[in-house]
Amino acid sequence: MATAATEGPHGLHESPEAIVVRFAGDSGDGMQLTGGQFTLSTALAGNDLATFPDFPAEIRAPQGTLFGVSAFQINFGSREINTAGDAPDVLVAMNPAALKVNLAALKPGGLIIADTGAFTKRNLDKAHYEANPLEDGSLAKFDVLAFDISEKTIEAVKPYGLGNKDALRSKNMWTLGLALWMFDRPRNPIHDWLKAKFKSKPDIADANIAALDAGHAYGETAELAGPLKQVHVDPVPSEPGLYRTVTGAEAVSLGLVAGAQLAELPMFFGGYPITPASAILHHLARLKEFGVTTFQAEDEIAAVCAAIGASWAGQLGVTSSSGPGIALKTEAIGLGIMTELPLVIVNSQRGGPSTGLPTKTEQSDLYQAVYGRNGDAPMPVIAARSPSDAFEVAIEACRIAVEYMTPVMLLTDGYIANAAEPWKVPDPDTFEPFPATFLDQPNDGENFLPYKRDEKGARPWVKPGTPGLMHRIGGIEKHELTGNIDYSPDNHQRMTDARKDKVEGVVVPDQEVCLGEPSGRLAVVGWGSTFGPIHRAVDNCRRKGLDVSHIHVRHIWPMPKNMGELLRGYEHILVPEMNTGQFKTVLRDQFLVDAQPLTKTSGQPFQIAELEEEIGKYFDGIEDNEGGEVAVNEEQLPNLEAGHDDGTYPDAPFHGDSAVPSGRDTDSEGVNQ
Amino acid sequence: MNAPTKIETTLKDWETDQEVRWCPGCGDYAILKAVQRTLPQLGCDPAKTVFISGIGCSSRFPYYMETYGFHTIHGRAPAFATGAKLANPELDIWLVTGDGDGLSIGGNHLMHVLRRNVNMQIMLFNNEIYGLTKGQASPTSREGTKSPSTPIGSYDHPARPAAFALGAGARFVGRGFDVSKNLPDVLKAAHAHKGAAFIEIFQNCIVYNKDVFDDFAAPKGAEGQQLWLEDGKPMLFAKDTKGIALNRQTLSLEVVDVVDGDWEAAGVVVHDVTNRSIAHMLVEMPFGAFPMALGVLYDDPRPTFEDAVIAERAKVSEGKEANLAKLLGKGQTWTVSGTAQDPV
Repeated sequence: MATAATEGPHGLHESPEAIVVRFAGDSGDGMQLTGGQFTLSTALAGNDLATFPDFPAEIRAPQGTLFGVSAFQINFGSREINTAGDAPDVLVAMNPAALKVNLAALKPGGLIIADTGAFTKRNLDKAHYEANPLEDGSLAKFDVLAFDISEKTIEAVKPYGLGNKDALRSKNMWTLGLALWMFDRPRNPIHDWLKAKFKSKPDIADANIAALDAGHAYGETAELAGPLKQVHVDPVPSEPGLYRTVTGAEAVSLGLVAGAQLAELPMFFGGYPITPASAILHHLARLKEFGVTTFQAEDEIAAVCAAIGASWAGQLGVTSSSGPGIALKTEAIGLGIMTELPLVIVNSQRGGPSTGLPTKTEQSDLYQAVYGRNGDAPMPVIAARSPSDAFEVAIEACRIAVEYMTPVMLLTDGYIANAAEPWKVPDPDTFEPFPATFLDQPNDGENFLPYKRDEKGARPWVKPGTPGLMHRIGGIEKHELTGNIDYSPDNHQRMTDARKDKVEGVVVPDQEVCLGEPSGRLAVVGWGSTFGPIHRAVDNCRRKGLDVSHIHVRHIWPMPKNMGELLRGYEHILVPEMNTGQFKTVLRDQFLVDAQPLTKTSGQPFQIAELEEEIGKYFDGIEDNEGGEVAVNEEQLPNLEAGHDDGTYPDAPFHGDSAVPSGRDTDSEGVNQ
Repeated sequence: MNAPTKIETTLKDWETDQEVRWCPGCGDYAILKAVQRTLPQLGCDPAKTVFISGIGCSSRFPYYMETYGFHTIHGRAPAFATGAKLANPELDIWLVTGDGDGLSIGGNHLMHVLRRNVNMQIMLFNNEIYGLTKGQASPTSREGTKSPSTPIGSYDHPARPAAFALGAGARFVGRGFDVSKNLPDVLKAAHAHKGAAFIEIFQNCIVYNKDVFDDFAAPKGAEGQQLWLEDGKPMLFAKDTKGIALNRQTLSLEVVDVVDGDWEAAGVVVHDVTNRSIAHMLVEMPFGAFPMALGVLYDDPRPTFEDAVIAERAKVSEGKEANLAKLLGKGQTWTVSGTAQDPV
């Protein structure tokens, strides 16, 4: 949540702690690209940040329409940033549809930057505006800076001989230039990036640079007269070291590569295109020199089967998908559990059921991950909380898979996959290696027993090709030692128990309380990408004096051994989730605790304010909290009379305005090329 | 698959200690023996030989072979085999599937393993019935087949495995039947072919579809309906009294009589295993009006999938160092030292 103080006439304080900016335009306007580059320059300026790309499911939605709006929100500041921010301070609207869809989210008193060149009758009609909002006074409670960005862009790139249509494709670079000026960000990295991107087309690079510079220069001029002020956000004090930005998809890919190296195994990745998981396949396809084989299979089933086949042959098999694809893989995952082979399955969750909301985030595959297979088919499940956390979690998934000879599911989601954040580049040497061992001689005197277990309950891994250890495995129940087909009642009982005991015995670190006390009135228990908003909300509430703690769970299955005892130390347990309460059910089931759900399935991350509101309910009638209301957080709700943050958000697009479906941004269109 | 070093083994070396559990009289027994007889002759190494199967009667096969074996899930064996081959190209992979496993639930995977041309031998046991689930009509069952699921008779048109394989892009298509003495020769040719080699093996389901192939596969008296194809040899059958000729008007095959052994005069086609057009005609030849085409129908190798994958990896890795620390710190980075932020 942005905590920009809003005193002063211009909506923005000169040196706020944090600012939220949302770039919104047509999906052909290149907003994701603009946001991505702004993110990079912001990271280089030393701010902490979090982003939220929000784009239509359509590849190229009809121009100017409400459902074709693509937005990129960034929250950056001079203190730790946990979320992409509840409400923007600044909204850049490249057309009427972008304004309409995003206006409700804007903070009262916030700044709108609009391109009047795109506010034509035709575009206003498409956005269902009866009158031009820039002219009819309806934006009175905001600061508006409206001018013809289109025209200014055409003017700026004129020397490069581009037609109007091509010239307008640099509009996003012009806008980015203005944004860079506003927030005192360096332009050089963008110059370098454009030169590299258009290495073979220097004219196009120059035209885009000219547009960027013109936008930047415009800022200086406009400051003299208009509502625009340059804002400086101080760098956040961070630990010394090398930093970069990373998205969840990148971090998962890098973590898998690191995990395979730590296991001293080549990696085999079987994938099939699906939003939002494809990015992992794309990243890994370019890392073949790391012993990575990527295989784009004919379907989700073949992707996982090929990965299991590769694991059987002695590599680290990995597959990745999103909910619908995981459903297809389920039978094969059961075979992986039955044959006890290592396998990492990455699920980048999205809204469901069925095709659901392909480009929106949700955490609704938890039941699928923990319970969703035929038979008693236990499998470790771990979840990443943020883009950078996904790196470590991927390594952990590889470790468990190899050490325990088991499939492991790694849960991430659409938000984590696409969002970027600064990342202190880890030193791979600091991770403990877990080299895989292959059996190459009999393990029971003269005999070889393929299912004889080690102290962890894991069976030996034997590479086909190893002389003398030929054996057969399969999905049919097997004898507890020889692995030969064995349907006998006692054997099935023992094998079922052995599979269960092995997975439940996976050693995971004790659960820690990441903010607050190890007991008390309320624990807010979260998992996955809700970490950011929960952490910030709990922090805010604790600053108000509320006895609330934040517990974030990485190991969903098996859960840490101290979990039950820890949870029972609190009077109340609140579990916010982007589903209908799945983890809440698992907690109740496992520990018989009265976990209460706070659920949200709008396809949008939690807002800090709504979490604070819910937390506040647990402190009704508590001393210093008379009347049941949590004291207003002045920083967070700077302009209360507008009341948009009252916890209901009737109009906020964040709350699933049907006019805001979204998809892949057509960013190839975003930069002139 | 070409085994690099020949290993001395006997049939016994390829048998497991597991009790074979097919129905007495099942054609699978004969196929198992044919395979166990063939592998020693090829000098194969049991440790490097793997049998991968799906689900069904045929898919129990790996349990009876003293090699590495993977009995996977219904229809998906080609995908497991592809992953295993990419992970270890040294493995000599035999895939065992059936008409239901390979053409119904697993049709998609069979198509893709063939078009990708992953080096392995694919044996499809075609008995035109679902045996393990007690006798339902399968995708290769003939029209009118009465079964528990089609009590009045089936009415969907049967798939033709060899035509399917060729249409999917297979570069080797062979045919045999369970009790045929020629089956080992077909298996050897398939093994010698580098790439995905598809073998349709007619197999007699003694319980649910007994003797449906008797017209050409009966132990006695059916030889006249077998056209055994040999590369470079005329397409003759019925003790060389009949042959297959190409009607150049209709561009189709026809049966001609061969008088006094003068097959050239009768216009009989000389089999060329690399002729894809003729192969298409052979796999489409309707049995009844024509004999059953058996042996090697088509054999024309092209580069394999795993070789392409290996070559690509070598090419893109050339001169690149697999340095994880460098990879993690790639892209636009900055360093924090105290409070200063320096782009690097």
